[in-house]
Amino acid sequence: MKAIFTRTPTFKDCPTHYCPGCGHGIAHRLIAETIDELGIHGRTIGIAPVGCAVLAYNYLDVDMVEVAHGRAPAVATGMKRTNPDKIIFSYQGDGDLAAIGTAEIIHAAHRAEQITVIFINNAVFGMTGGQMAPTTTVGQVTATTQKGRNTKGEGYPLQVSELLAVLPGAIYVERCALSGPAQIRKSKKAVKHAFELQANGAEGLSLVELLSPCPTYWRMSPAKAMEWIEKEMTKPFPLGKLKG
Amino acid sequence: MCGNEALAESAIIAGCDAYFGYPITPQNEVTAYMSRRMPEEGRVFVQSESELAAINMVFGASATGKRAMTSSSSPGISLMQEGISYLAGAELPAVVVNVMRGGPGLGNIAPSQGDYFQATRGGGHGDYRTIVLGPSSVQELVDCMPLAFDLADQYRMPVVVLADGILGQMMEPIVFHEKLGRDLPSKDWALTGAEGREQNIVRSLWLGEGVLEKFNYKLQAKYKQIQKDEVLCEQFKIDDAEIVVVAYGIAARIVRGAVDKAREEGIKAGWIRPITLWPFPAEQISRAAEQFRIFLTVEMSLGQMVEDVKLAVAGKAPVLFYGRAGGGIPTVEEILDKIKELQIRPKTQYAIRDTQYK
Repeated sequence: MKAIFTRTPTFKDCPTHYCPGCGHGIAHRLIAETIDELGIHGRTIGIAPVGCAVLAYNYLDVDMVEVAHGRAPAVATGMKRTNPDKIIFSYQGDGDLAAIGTAEIIHAAHRAEQITVIFINNAVFGMTGGQMAPTTTVGQVTATTQKGRNTKGEGYPLQVSELLAVLPGAIYVERCALSGPAQIRKSKKAVKHAFELQANGAEGLSLVELLSPCPTYWRMSPAKAMEWIEKEMTKPFPLGKLKG
Repeated sequence: MCGNEALAESAIIAGCDAYFGYPITPQNEVTAYMSRRMPEEGRVFVQSESELAAINMVFGASATGKRAMTSSSSPGISLMQEGISYLAGAELPAVVVNVMRGGPGLGNIAPSQGDYFQATRGGGHGDYRTIVLGPSSVQELVDCMPLAFDLADQYRMPVVVLADGILGQMMEPIVFHEKLGRDLPSKDWALTGAEGREQNIVRSLWLGEGVLEKFNYKLQAKYKQIQKDEVLCEQFKIDDAEIVVVAYGIAARIVRGAVDKAREEGIKAGWIRPITLWPFPAEQISRAAEQFRIFLTVEMSLGQMVEDVKLAVAGKAPVLFYGRAGGGIPTVEEILDKIKELQIRPKTQYAIRDTQYK
């Protein structure tokens, strides 16, 4: 019998620590497939964030580092500048990239660092217990917005991809969703394009934002969470290419 | 060439692959010099958006096995403490130069030694140490750089070079040396791409029960080894001294003048100058305290290293203190007066009471 589909080698064969219905597993697989399809496994270095994906190195079989909260783009800068032949990617959640790490991501883009950023937006802080993130939607109930996010005092969902897209140093910015097979295929295409740009020496930062389900802290079933992405999350975070 | 430029050139000779920094006085000459010289050498210079970013860029370069450094001054070093803790936790080599200025807060831009606690105790979180070198001349600052890189690589940890605004700005004749040539372990842990080998992971998170404790014991064993092997200090006329002045860095230069003058006047004074502030030369000071002597610690702070001196002396002799703070610089005369004052007092008084200011 001939196998027509196998696990991509960079995606390790082990159970993950993620909750049922979490989007991280899908995102990891898209990255692993991309690395194998582009044949860059031996020269890729990944950066795991602080957050649920801190253990990403347990699932992605490439050289990886774990860094301080939000600082991944600065770490990536240090890596890429000293190793221009390597493919450097950071994997960051919305707390990491859109809250504590806003300075680092904006300045990495501003300097046109030749790195790839996979930005997982699930509208909450997952690991610490579902608190409000800058990306939390208006009215969304979280551990720290128990009556729903109120724009008065708690602000509006922060659209970091839109902010980055205006910078000349960000050469490719696209927002996709992990909300179903069609969207996941689009996400894969975007992730692959972002890595390809770096592999081809494109002079700037490539970023793919992935709207990702967090059924645990959205307090819904995995299926409902997928629906919620398409119905609610895409309102403040419309899908599509923002740059490049 | 001022001290700041000299330390930068010395780092380049020592094989520094990458420098990351953010402007702050009184160390701006390092950043400016590196911005010109590193590209000339085909190496990396990045002016970061903050000290937080600078230390994390160092972290990134170091994780790939490169020799990386940053420099800053007191407030900037405060911002780097998070990164230094992560470097210690991930066991990554790095060199951090602190050209100290007056504090706390924004303080001023005058020379100070107010960051001794931060450097030797670790201003960051967790049970870790950094090696701290306290040069007292521009030549020693130059000599510190290759040593700092070698120690960092040998022990896989951050090394702090604790200078101050005087050393950074001062010009003195210097000689650059080639590398020290320590036998350094290979960086087989570095992230270079997992081509033909298992993946390498650089991390500081250890969640399993007891795993972090075990890791902490591993760090402690390394720190014990360093305390045994890497202490550096200089002594002068200790054998017959009745008064031993302990000082480091630029303050030790001033103490040297004061002790010379005291000797000219027939006062039996000597000095001990710690060069490594951590590991602290506790044994040398403890040995000196075995005979009854009066210890005087002189600092450009209101009393930080004096705590280490007291720990080393362990109650065997009186330890007194004289310091200036906030950019104040003690003069040879002030220290000489203090030595004379100690000399004429009956010994019994010292055990009860410390004098702390002029």
